[in-house]
Formats: sequence, C-alpha cells, structure tokens
Amino acid sequence: MSAFSTVLARDLRLALRQSADSLTVVAFFAIATVLFPFGVGPETNVLARIAGGVLWVTALLAALLSLDRIFAVDFEDGTLDQLVLAGAPLPVVVVAKVCAHWLTTGVPLILVSPLLAVTLHLPAAGYGPLVLALLLGTPTVSLVGAVGAALVLGTRRGGVLLSLLVLPLYIPILIFGTAAVEAALTGLPSTPMLSVLAGFMVLALTFSPWATAAALRQAVE
Amino acid sequence: MTVESILKFLDMGGYAAWVWPAYGLATAALSGILFFTLRDLKTRRHEFETLRDARRGEGSSS
Amino acid sequence: MHRFANPTQFMRIADAVYPWAAGLSLILFLAGLPIALVTSPPDYQQGETVRIMYVHVSSAWLMMMVYGIVAANSAAFLVWRHPMANLVAKASAPMGAVFTALALITGMLWGQPMWGTFWVWDGRLTSTLILFFLYLGYLALGDAFEDSERGDKAAAILALVGSVNLPIIHFSVEWWNTLHQPSIIKMDGMTVDKSLLLPLFLMMGAFTSYYVAVLVLRLRSELLAAKIRNARMSQVAVNQAAQPAE
Repeated sequence: MSAFSTVLARDLRLALRQSADSLTVVAFFAIATVLFPFGVGPETNVLARIAGGVLWVTALLAALLSLDRIFAVDFEDGTLDQLVLAGAPLPVVVVAKVCAHWLTTGVPLILVSPLLAVTLHLPAAGYGPLVLALLLGTPTVSLVGAVGAALVLGTRRGGVLLSLLVLPLYIPILIFGTAAVEAALTGLPSTPMLSVLAGFMVLALTFSPWATAAALRQAVE
Repeated sequence: MTVESILKFLDMGGYAAWVWPAYGLATAALSGILFFTLRDLKTRRHEFETLRDARRGEGSSS
Repeated sequence: MHRFANPTQFMRIADAVYPWAAGLSLILFLAGLPIALVTSPPDYQQGETVRIMYVHVSSAWLMMMVYGIVAANSAAFLVWRHPMANLVAKASAPMGAVFTALALITGMLWGQPMWGTFWVWDGRLTSTLILFFLYLGYLALGDAFEDSERGDKAAAILALVGSVNLPIIHFSVEWWNTLHQPSIIKMDGMTVDKSLLLPLFLMMGAFTSYYVAVLVLRLRSELLAAKIRNARMSQVAVNQAAQPAE
C-alpha cells in the first residue's frame, strides 16, 4: 500500500505545481461546450434536449486531451523505468497514477459541469443524474485511457493515435452516461444506468491496471 | 439465352443499382488484397535475394 | 499447440494447406457465384436485393472470425511469445479491416432499397462500425513505432483489450438502439428460405478459403520481411564492428 500512497502523493504534488494543466483541460471543456449553441442555435428546447449528450461528449474529449500526462512525462525523464524496476507491483502503481489523474482532471470536470449545464438550459431534474453519472463514469474514462496512454508511449503522432484507440472504447460510457440524464428528464429513474456505469467502473478496475502494466513493461523494455 | 433474358438478369428486378455495386466492390476488395499481397511478396523476395547475393559476394571476396 | 511455434514447421503445414485452400476457394466461387446471382430464386419479400446478402453476410462472418483469430493469436504471442502467432495476427488484421469495410458498404447498399436509407443506427451496423475503428486502431498502433517489435506487442495488447470490450460495446449499442428506435426498422426476424442457404454457404466457404489461402501468402511475405530486417541488422552490426579496427 505504501507504493500506492507514495506514487499518488508524488503525482498530486506534481499536478499542483503545474496546476495550469488541469485548468487548461477545464477551459477546453468549457469552450468546446460553448461552441454548441453557435452550432445548433440558441433555442432553449434544442439545447435542453442535447445538453446531457453534449456535456458527456465534451467531457470525454477534454479527458482524452489530458491522458498523455499520466505517463508521458515519466516516460521521457526515465522515472517510469525506475517505477517498473522498483519491484512495487506495477498494477498498484498504475491505479495510483490513475487516481491522481482522476483527481486532477476528472474531479474538476465534474465540478464545472453543472455550470456549463446552466448555459445549455439543462432542466433541473437533470443535474443530479449528470453529476452522479460523471462521478461514476470518469474513473472508467481514466482507467481505460491509461491503457491507451501506456500503449502509445514512444510513438510518433501519439495524441491523434490515442484518440483512435480510446474513443471507440468510451462509447458504452457515453451511451449510459447520456441515458442517465435523459431518463431523469423524462421522469424515469436513472438508477439502472448509474448502476451499469458503476459496473463498468468495477470491470475497468479489474482489467485495466493489468493491461496498463503489461503495456508499460513493453514500453520500457 | 436471348438478349432479353440477359438484360433482365442485368436489371436485377430493378435493383441493379444496389446489387451490382455490392458485387463489384466485393470483387475489387478481394482482388485488391490479393494484388497487394502478391506485390509485397514479390518485392520482398527480390529484396531478400539481392541482400543474400550481396552477402555471398562479400563472403567470397574476403 | 507449441510445435506450431517453430516457423519452419508452421510454414511446412501452411504451404501444404495453401494449394487446397486456393483451389477450394476458386471452385466455391465458380460454383457459388452463378447460383448466388442467377439460379437462386429472389426472396419473396426482398426480391433480388437478397443477392447482396451473399456477399454481405460472408464479409461480416469473416470480419468477426478474423478479429477472433487476431485476438487469439495476440494472446498466444503475449503469453508464450510465439513468433508465428504474432505474424498470423499481423497478416490477418488488414484483411479483417477490409472485410469490415466491405460488410459496412454492402450493408448500406442492402439497406437503401430495404429501409429506404443507406444508414440506420441499428445495433448490428453500429457495432460493425465500431469494430472497424478497432481494426483501424490496431493497424495504426502496430505501425506507429520505429521499432517494429514494440509495435507488435502494443498492438497485441490492444487486440486483447478490444476483445474484452467488444461484448460490452455490442451490449451497450443494442440497448441504446432499443431505447431510441422502438423497433420501427429491424433487421432480424428474417426467416431465411432454404433455397437461399445453399448459395450463402457456398459464398461463405469461398470467402473463408480465400482468407486462408491469402493468409499463407501474407505469412510468407511477413517471414521474408523479418528475414530482411535481420539481415540488415546483422549487416549494420558487422559494419560497426569493422569500423573501429580501421
């Protein structure tokens, strides 16, 4: 467990020192969301109808942009080699780094999402499910994204490649995350969708650290 | 086989615009894979043989 | 299983299979195409468009089978480090991507006369589209490294991640589809007449044996590429060893 807290504390400290990175992700989330009223027109009905989906899509894209931070810096300065060689169980290290990523990007995204929902005229019933769905969905986004981020280490054009690898895998999260908001708007319970999202998180938590660890091992070989 | 029956066959019950492109694209895809596979095989075989010959040449000269 | 790991032995079997697969494919195409296009009767509901099914279902079958082969061989490569498993996955994936594209396009050509639109966000079409992106990601990742060995391993891990995710994606998309389209247009529930089965099986057999035959050719090609790489590398090593002496 000490490996977990050491890595987590270190990554959080680094993220705090470079807090501009987290702010940039949040700023991207905001500007991308704000583009939609210009694209589809500012009518309240239209915006309210698509608000849940728009916020989910832009949150996924914002998270995608931040994924390379999980491993890329450590890969370049050689810290990753030490982490792999250190003998601490690599999946635990991965979970710690993913936690740090989620705390520094997932949580800020969740915090500003109600604010952005206001600009899209999301009806009052949608806020609770939106925040809950993001809370349950974004950890999976970070976990699955970590696999992709580890796989593209050391490639040319890593960023574009990462989106091609990871975005198809995000579709289930997008489907159930948006459905949770939409169900609440039509007066249906959103608990079934939220529990599916929780299930995805458990699945991702069991599989993704191993896959990420395998990807990291072959990256530093 | 009359001209009429051939035309009827080509017409595909009015669905010629969908049936024939489907078969045409399938033919193009399958022969395309085969073509590029054979082309790669040929260039690689050639490259390998020149490499081997060059090495043999070196081996005998030294 | 492990005796297939030896490239020489593997290729001996593959080379023996090749003429049979190529011949079978040729015979099945020659027998199947006339039946599929001419002698088989049009469907009582879909008319002549049912003939698109013979190529559509065959490519859809291969796109799934090839993904299974890529995933299984990626696992064998990662677990046992079988070099041949890696080559089988690497040689199959581009074909799988082409079959997926073919399944998508023939599906659209079938959908237009059937549903009146080229594209519906039907569960099966959507899953096929996502599978196409998974193939593209696999090919792009395998190609993205200077060191091709790293590309092989990264792509193999991605193939396994994809195969774990595919059922989840399929389930999600099916559920999403029932949510938004209360079965106005549905592809299933289609009862296939017996007269359609013979051309269908002939075409599926033709496609499958085509895949096997071309796979052998691609394996020969991949092995040659590996030999060329090795020869180049040893040449560089020889040159480097020779340099300090001068």
